[in-house]
Amino acid sequence: MGSRASSLLREEDIEEIKKETGFSHSQITRLYSRFHSLDKGENGALSREDFQRIPELAINPLGDRIINAFFPEGEDQANFRGFMRTLAHFRPVEDNEKNKDLTSGEPLNSRTNKLLFAFRLYDLDRDDKISRDELLQVLRMMVGVNISDEQLGSIADRTIQEADTNGDMCISFSEFIKVLEKVDVEQKMSIRFLH
Amino acid sequence: MSPFNNLLCMLLGISFTVWFTLLLVFIIVPAIFGLSFGIRGLYMKTPSCSLSGCIIAKEPTSLEEELKEIRRNGPSPSTSEFEMSDTFYFCRRGIESIVDDEVTKRFTAEELESWNLLTRSNYNFQHISTRLTVLWGLGVVIRYGFLLPLRLTLAITGVSLLVVFTTMIGFLPNGRVKHFLSEKVHLMCYRICVRALTAIITYHHSENKPKNGGICVANHTSPIDVIILASDGCYAMVGQIHGGLMGLIQKSMVKACPHIWFERSEVKDRHLVAKRLSDHVKDKSKLPILIFPEGTCINNTSVMMFKKGSFEIASTVYPVAIKYDPRFGDAFWNSSKFGMVNYLLRMMSSWAIVCSVWYLPPMSRQEGEDAVQFANRVKAAIARQGGLVDLLWDGGLKRGKVKDTFKEEQQKLYSKILVGTQENRSRS
Repeated sequence: MGSRASSLLREEDIEEIKKETGFSHSQITRLYSRFHSLDKGENGALSREDFQRIPELAINPLGDRIINAFFPEGEDQANFRGFMRTLAHFRPVEDNEKNKDLTSGEPLNSRTNKLLFAFRLYDLDRDDKISRDELLQVLRMMVGVNISDEQLGSIADRTIQEADTNGDMCISFSEFIKVLEKVDVEQKMSIRFLH
Repeated sequence: MSPFNNLLCMLLGISFTVWFTLLLVFIIVPAIFGLSFGIRGLYMKTPSCSLSGCIIAKEPTSLEEELKEIRRNGPSPSTSEFEMSDTFYFCRRGIESIVDDEVTKRFTAEELESWNLLTRSNYNFQHISTRLTVLWGLGVVIRYGFLLPLRLTLAITGVSLLVVFTTMIGFLPNGRVKHFLSEKVHLMCYRICVRALTAIITYHHSENKPKNGGICVANHTSPIDVIILASDGCYAMVGQIHGGLMGLIQKSMVKACPHIWFERSEVKDRHLVAKRLSDHVKDKSKLPILIFPEGTCINNTSVMMFKKGSFEIASTVYPVAIKYDPRFGDAFWNSSKFGMVNYLLRMMSSWAIVCSVWYLPPMSRQEGEDAVQFANRVKAAIARQGGLVDLLWDGGLKRGKVKDTFKEEQQKLYSKILVGTQENRSRS
């Protein structure tokens, strides 16, 4: 798709990304091709507009929040490393973990990290708590204009009531994990990357 | 030194001969015998992802199915109210579309499995061997030194003859003679232009060729589509009047036989356009209209949304599918990257333009079918014949934003699942 795409990616970079994310060599080069084809400005980084140009993403109700996940705090350019790091969350969890040799904490695609990705979709201000407002915002994004404020409010209240164990009217990350402990996160938050 | 020089000369000589023989075998001989490369077979098998392989395998589950599955093991599976895991579906779909989507790849040239020795198709193929580079160098010499000047001369001849003859015919009174001469002149000049591009065209099912009073619709990949179709039959062209050389050609063409050219201001007026088209179609002595309902050039791997305008006019539609073989030269015009002149030069310095044209049986709007449904039916037939992916997306997404209505549909669907029958009752 892009011209001379793979020649801009050095072998050392590929090795580092491989270690950090667990993607294979061919997956990384193909994803780099994709990254390059999205990068209309050809400056080696993606802006929010580059993501918005994908029609299927633009019509996704949570599109803006998903795009947000690719941009670290306060920045508005996503480089290839960041791009891969975010995508790595959606790698399927294999039984024979290739990246068990990762010394720095858990692999990016562990259950906890997948849940953290989902948590951050709600928690816009990154204060590690989902407040009632934040929950309402996401609900509103998903339902559009089809449900009234009152009804949405009561749905939000009910959800917080069920999840909140320490009574602070917010959902912390551990409460979030507890609520979803029976959900098959590994399968639902994974994409089948082909080799 | 000397024996080495001899060896080099010999090698070059052999490569040259081999190369020319290949050219002969692959292009000229099959064209003479009307053989097919099995283009159709190849493209029928191509999956919807690019030739260099799929990146991901997408899950085809719907929102409803997915939510049911996620909630089955969740805290409260019986109620249909909100669960925090509902976001997972949208998340995954969003990330899938970031990695691979159906639309953005339609507006850039198709990737090839193996290099065809054109620099422009050199995406991921780095320096493989010296021999290949030598062959490539040879290719450049042949293409730019021999083929391009030859083709340019042919093109200039073709266009000049078209302008001169059509202007001359314009002086004749309307009648059978004028019509006959106009047809011959148009066909002759388009055929010269076809040679100018070294276009090897295979026409299938010529018994279905468009007739007077009908509308011919085809998928659009490049301006060359017009030349390809018009060299096999006579059509009335539809389009906007341009300035410069293009405008000159358009003005002289319309002297010989009625084409439908619009001023830029008139293009916006849908009623005016529709009226002129229907008037033309009602007159059975006038040639069939040639229209490209996608409205823009797509890269020939898919057919995108057909604009319903041409399908609202009451007449028979003759669908035509055009499929190019990208191995000899990619015909797709990426208008955001290349201007027209640049594009034509690239076309004339490729190996050849190889394509297949299928004339499909005529279709008419059925009872109870509206223009959009009819357009989609025609589009599906064209896509199926040409081995192209049938997409609902609008080709206008090349430049414009997607409409919010699609997002609203998804939101509506989710809301229904969330609140279920309760909502329906309170709404009614």
